[in-house]
Amino acid sequence: MELDNIQKHMLEQIAGLHEVPQGAYNLRSNGESIGRSVTENIDIVTRSDNMGIEIYIKPNTKNESVHIPVILSQSGLEDVVYNDFHIGENADVVIVAGCGIHNGGSKNSQHNGIHTFYVGKGARVKYIEKHYGIGDGDGKNIMNPQTIINIDDDGYMEMDSLQIKGVDSTYRITKGVLGARATLIVSEKILTHGSQSATTDFDAQLNGADCSAHIVSRSVARDNSKQLFISNIEGNSRCSGHTECDAILMDNGTVSAEPKITANCLDASLIHEAAIGKIAGEQLIKLMTLGLNEKEAEDRIINGFLQ
Amino acid sequence: MLELKNITYRAGGRDIINNINLKIDEKFVAFTGPNGGGKSTLAKLISGIYTPTDGKIFFDGRDITDMSITDRARLGISYAFQQPVRFKGITVKDLVSVASGKSLSVGEVCDYLSEVGLCARDYVNREINASLSGGELKRIEIATILARGTELSIFDEPEAGIDLWSFNNLIAVFEKISREINGSIIIISHQERILNIADRIIVLSEGQVKDDGTKDEILPGLLRPAACPALTNKT
Repeated sequence: MELDNIQKHMLEQIAGLHEVPQGAYNLRSNGESIGRSVTENIDIVTRSDNMGIEIYIKPNTKNESVHIPVILSQSGLEDVVYNDFHIGENADVVIVAGCGIHNGGSKNSQHNGIHTFYVGKGARVKYIEKHYGIGDGDGKNIMNPQTIINIDDDGYMEMDSLQIKGVDSTYRITKGVLGARATLIVSEKILTHGSQSATTDFDAQLNGADCSAHIVSRSVARDNSKQLFISNIEGNSRCSGHTECDAILMDNGTVSAEPKITANCLDASLIHEAAIGKIAGEQLIKLMTLGLNEKEAEDRIINGFLQ
Repeated sequence: MLELKNITYRAGGRDIINNINLKIDEKFVAFTGPNGGGKSTLAKLISGIYTPTDGKIFFDGRDITDMSITDRARLGISYAFQQPVRFKGITVKDLVSVASGKSLSVGEVCDYLSEVGLCARDYVNREINASLSGGELKRIEIATILARGTELSIFDEPEAGIDLWSFNNLIAVFEKISREINGSIIIISHQERILNIADRIIVLSEGQVKDDGTKDEILPGLLRPAACPALTNKT
């Protein structure tokens, strides 16, 4: 499979890949699968409705990875894809997804990826997702990812999502349903600039005894961009839940946080935290006393915050 | 090296610093005196965080009065905060590297951390956030100043807010710095054991220099309780 320069650039941005990845992968470009590889333990099949793929990871699969990047370089394309991940019991895998839009035209390009995870008993998943847009056309880059996470007893899933540049509009939905002793850790980083808007909407149902969820969103709103953070955690058994929105405002950016926690069980322990504000003056001053100018200090603080 | 000429700093309708004149060329100088006497304000005026209402500041004969914090830092002035700043996402290695002006290897960062008595391996990749104790933050703050290695290093109450165990180690750190540092140190302190290693002690009170001399000239007077109740040898 030959990749052109735009595809290579996108792959590097969203998946840290310079070439076609090793191991299992499915590469989707402009609404079609253009490359796929499976391994003995990881199978990827096209859904019967042709609207996406199903990834099957055998029980006890260890130290393997799956890459499923999506690239849109055709302006005006609206791509909707449903990908289901079936992670077998006691597997331990890394899954790298992500979407890159290169929109050089005047029409809007849109990708809605709906990813559903079924994390088997005792399985561990590290899921990394990056969203990136580029292009000098007037058309907007729109991404509305949904991540639906079902974790069976003793399962563990860690989700890192990153949206740093070039996505004009996003409405992100992340839902988790946790079994007994299951763990969900979500770390989200978002930077919006220009007149972009981003809404991120979390919902975690802590159903199993001794399960836990830790959802942290760090974001920076620059220029005239707008962000809304919504988070809902329901503790339905003996469990612990923590949701945190930490946002830095710059220029005329605006951020709104709506955290909600509900304990439906006496032994549920839930915390929410939300902090929104500009960069602390003392942080800038400290870095300036180390020799950085104000702009360098600001960049260093933002880069660290979103690292 | 450093000269303050008729420095006044007015804020909130009163003179926080009132017409101070000082020439500092010694290697280890301590500012002491009661709380609210103007010590930290004077340090912030020297490092450029505050701008004087009146007067001039000279560094190596150069007028730096209107110079920015950044320019003064690049010229060779370092300032260790009394309350170190926390940063989400910035690691100890990042901050010490910024201080040194270059990307440091883990080994080089470890050298600086070892200087301040931190077991480097445990700290290099830690974020400078609320998970670090006051004593740990103070030591990292001092390590950033060591990494800068500037001509003038100002430490604002390095003993404030740290426990007794950390304090004893801190004294050892400053005894070592005073022996080995190439530039000059100004240290704001209430602690006899720190004042005891100073070449010169300047007592500031009500925004003015109340006393100024060698350790042997000044320290005995300070240790008499009536002279300055804010000074204590207890932590």
